[in-house]
Amino acid sequence: MTTTEAPPAPPEPVPPTTAETRKPSVRRRLVPYWLLLPGIAWLLVFFVLPMVYQASTSVQTGSLEKGYEVTWHLATYWDALSEYWPQFVRSLLYAGTATLLCLLLGYPLAHFIAFRAGRWRNVVLVLVIAPFFTSFLIRTLAWKTILADDGTVVDVLGALHVLDVTSWLGWTQSDRVLATPLAVVCGLTYNFLPFMVLPLYTSLERIDHRLHEAASDLYATPATTFRKVTFPLSMPGVVSGTLLTFIPASGDYVNAELLGSTDTKMVGSVIQSQFLRVLDYPTAAALSFILMAVVLVTVTVYIRRSGTEGLV
Amino acid sequence: MPVVRMLRRHLVVIAGLLTLAYMIVPNVVVMVFSFNDPKGRFNYSWQRFSLDAWKDPCGVADLCGSLSLSLQLAAWATLGATVLGTMIAFALVRYRFRARGTVNSLIFLPMAMPEVVMAASLLTLFLNMGAQLGFWTILIAHVMFCLSFVVTAVKARVMSMDPRLEEAARDLYAGPAQTFLRVTLPIAAPGIAAGALLAFALSFDDFIITNFTAGSTVTFPMYVWGSAQRGTPVQINVIGTAMFIIAVGAVVIGRLVADRRKNKSPF
Repeated sequence: MTTTEAPPAPPEPVPPTTAETRKPSVRRRLVPYWLLLPGIAWLLVFFVLPMVYQASTSVQTGSLEKGYEVTWHLATYWDALSEYWPQFVRSLLYAGTATLLCLLLGYPLAHFIAFRAGRWRNVVLVLVIAPFFTSFLIRTLAWKTILADDGTVVDVLGALHVLDVTSWLGWTQSDRVLATPLAVVCGLTYNFLPFMVLPLYTSLERIDHRLHEAASDLYATPATTFRKVTFPLSMPGVVSGTLLTFIPASGDYVNAELLGSTDTKMVGSVIQSQFLRVLDYPTAAALSFILMAVVLVTVTVYIRRSGTEGLV
Repeated sequence: MPVVRMLRRHLVVIAGLLTLAYMIVPNVVVMVFSFNDPKGRFNYSWQRFSLDAWKDPCGVADLCGSLSLSLQLAAWATLGATVLGTMIAFALVRYRFRARGTVNSLIFLPMAMPEVVMAASLLTLFLNMGAQLGFWTILIAHVMFCLSFVVTAVKARVMSMDPRLEEAARDLYAGPAQTFLRVTLPIAAPGIAAGALLAFALSFDDFIITNFTAGSTVTFPMYVWGSAQRGTPVQINVIGTAMFIIAVGAVVIGRLVADRRKNKSPF
């Protein structure tokens, strides 16, 4: 009889099942990685790696005939910027103006769909999305017809003396709209409006109607209700709408090329022609990196300022 | 004055409708000018009514070839991006793992980058690898930029799913595969469909990234771009109008079917 024996160990908590459950649990822990693997690999190879290649291209020197070599020639950045700063400034100016116009035009429309359209809501939503289905290039070319020199729009604006004012401001030329900054901004605004209206609509639609009633119960005028209730609550839509408009607009060159002239060239056109026509890869790569940096910094500052970091 | 008062009361509605008009007018112009019989190479000013282009939409060299190429590209890009994107979305919503934040940023970045930057960097990669620019390089690029949009669309849907439905399925002795196929997938389907539709539209309509990765291959948007320099055949307007009508028709029919189903179901 052994009295000093240790008390019997408490029974293993269901020993046969632990062996079984442990294996699936390891497997289970690996499940997300298997799910991610193909897609993330795609992004790493065709999004991140290209950026690395482009970074290395931007610090190379040489020529197409003799070949390129990494020489850490950072002056390319400086040269590119000093030569093409007007296009940079113009891109940001046009994209910024178009974004602002999109917000001013898109907000009433989104508000109308969310609160006033009633049973027409779905019809209007379809009308907002429907233009997407005609190629955007075809629609941009249609603006050439609308803004044509002998067209109705130019005639009306001329008769109302609007063109005199805009020409004085440098937005148009005395008797034409096509091939002027106004045409480019008009095209940009048009192209990116749906990207503003849809997020605005989504965030407006989520607002609880009772908040509006509560505001008017507390003697708020419609204007005050808008300023203190509706607009602040729609901020997520405002922020994502402006981002979805500003970012693609800043790199766009389609509108500037189709509706503008050489005086309205944006930085996208420069990158495109350096890459595909001039074949000066280092300059093109440097320009594209500067554009990326400017956009990322602007966007980050904007998100911080608007206090909606949770969005991203 | 009553007119002024009415205008003030309906200011938002009027402004909204004006914006809507601004958005629709180019489509109307495209439609009207598909019945034009232009003088010269460009179809920018109205001459006289004609049905010629509608009778012979493929009458211009290369136009329908580029259209079918774009449709094929969009179909494959949609398939690729939807499969890869849905997998990522499920991993992100359903599992907690260490690299989650990094993966989220990696998904966000392509959407926060001007297209021309991505396009240019892809071109440097392809040039460095000595890849032959054409169908495959375009496809690779399209899957890449559609992926993030699919992930976002599917994520939104999966996030709003009630996990108790899957628990209930398991309680009723459904295996993991059965639960996924019979419960999870049908509930996630609208999100996946939305993502796929978005991918198709983005890929079909993409010009900037295709411009850099296509080499001498001509997709439909590239054909339209070239025609702005060479001369725009009326057939372009015909195809634009047809696309618009087909899409609006599909939306309307989809709604009608959905409404009928809703009325039949006991809910």
